[in-house]
Amino acid sequence: MRLAGIHHGAGGACWLLVAPLLGLVIALYAWPVAEILWLGFSDPEPGLQNYEKLFTRTALAKILWTTLRICTITTLLSVTIGYLIAYTMVHLGARERSWMLTLVLISFWVSVLVRAFAWLTLLGRNGPVNAALAAGGLIDEPVAFVRNELGVLIGMTHYMIPYAVLPLLANMQGIDRRIMDASHNLGAGAATTFTRIYLPLTTPGVVAASLLVFVISLGFYVTPALLGGGRVLMVAEYVSVQVLVTVQWGVASMLATLLLAGVFGLMYVLSRFMRLGDVFGARA
Amino acid sequence: MRAGPGRRGGRRWLRLLAWSGLGFLTLPMLVALPVSLTPKRYLSMPEGEISLRHYANLFGNEAWLASIWQSAVIAVAAATIATGLGTLCAIGLWRMSSKASELVRGFLLLPLIIPPIISAMAFYRAWVRFGLLDSYAGMIIAHAILAAPVVLITVSASLANFDLRLEQASRSLGASAGTTLWRVVLPSIRPGVLGGAVFAFILSWDEIVVALFIAKFRISTLPRRMWDGIRENTDPTVAAAAVVLIVVTLAALALSSVLARRVRPAAAPEAA
Repeated sequence: MRLAGIHHGAGGACWLLVAPLLGLVIALYAWPVAEILWLGFSDPEPGLQNYEKLFTRTALAKILWTTLRICTITTLLSVTIGYLIAYTMVHLGARERSWMLTLVLISFWVSVLVRAFAWLTLLGRNGPVNAALAAGGLIDEPVAFVRNELGVLIGMTHYMIPYAVLPLLANMQGIDRRIMDASHNLGAGAATTFTRIYLPLTTPGVVAASLLVFVISLGFYVTPALLGGGRVLMVAEYVSVQVLVTVQWGVASMLATLLLAGVFGLMYVLSRFMRLGDVFGARA
Repeated sequence: MRAGPGRRGGRRWLRLLAWSGLGFLTLPMLVALPVSLTPKRYLSMPEGEISLRHYANLFGNEAWLASIWQSAVIAVAAATIATGLGTLCAIGLWRMSSKASELVRGFLLLPLIIPPIISAMAFYRAWVRFGLLDSYAGMIIAHAILAAPVVLITVSASLANFDLRLEQASRSLGASAGTTLWRVVLPSIRPGVLGGAVFAFILSWDEIVVALFIAKFRISTLPRRMWDGIRENTDPTVAAAAVVLIVVTLAALALSSVLARRVRPAAAPEAA
């Protein structure tokens, strides 16, 4: 009770302010979500048979494997590119940095649908990229950039880079640059200073960025569905088919539960590295 | 911190790489613009001449117009509800500031943390039961719930900078709790409230996954109609719609940064 001094009325007045949103979220969100998760154990009949399917249906194992593989590669790519951008940003003048930050934030907020459309158009068989490669004599046949796993990886990495940049930037801005100066003055070269001093200092940022990107990638629906062309089935798209087309709530709910368990587990680890609010442009 | 010439050369490369990375991030999204101006009937880059026919189709076609209108109505309504409830809630939690309030805060962030596909399943099943499927009310409530955590975050950030003595002064000068809230606290946290409102608007304006589950015939938001268009992958009207979608999002972002800059010095001189 740090702020006991400002409690004029009873705590009841505060609860009155909280109650409308809390009530809404409990009644129309948390309860329906809980019901969804329960279906995994009760539909079509009570028991664990939906979970047994994980081991008996090879299609399910394949989907989980595809999801994990794509999320891992996406995380590696976007955190690497994000590190490069964030590292450069903190070492530039304030003006150039704020331009870069503006671009990162713009891409952070542009619709996932618009990006998927852009990549489909740019990288399609008759798109400008294939046209340019053919005109340059580099290829004879159009390259299949999209409607396959490559397309999904390009689209997801593109979407996730801002999510990697923002936590890395927060981490790097908190580092005292005099430590690097000290390292130089003591005779260490640029490479040594980077690998022995800077990289370890930015490890919390790297871990936070990786976890965040991985967690968001796990539940991705739009990009795989559009850029994968139906060939790259990840968990979210499979779930949507189970619900909307084949109406198998049990299997869908079982997968949703697994997804949520993964998300919560990783978010718990993430919360030990950074504050959630820092990611969503609140500080911008 | 400027080091020797060898390192400066490395810097230049880094800078080039970083700008290329940012180019990769932003430039592809611009492709919708030339495609939307193609004079042809199919998806293509314009060669030589440009045409506004696809914009004419977008704004002349009843179905597309209805989608733009529905998206705007839903986004404004959802952002209003999310901002109202989110702001009140943030103030309440801030004044409690106890273990219980931290727990409630974490709980209220769930719609932001839970993957959209799971939210979509939950809304879909609940809305079937309440008869809210494919309705304005259903979309607005769902989007308000998804957007409220963003408002909670931005308003809480503003409150963290609020000088508690201002509230005490107001109370000891005889203002009621309600007056203090309305005349002292709210004006000081206006940047957070307005920022949250803009982010909530964009969140709803862009939202697609939940819309895919709970909207279909009567309600088909702009992203929902674009989704169908992208899957068919022929009509350049989708490119024109994409341009409209981006322009509204960017305008909202620009508005929020202008508001934040203009409001802060006037409204919260002591809070800094």
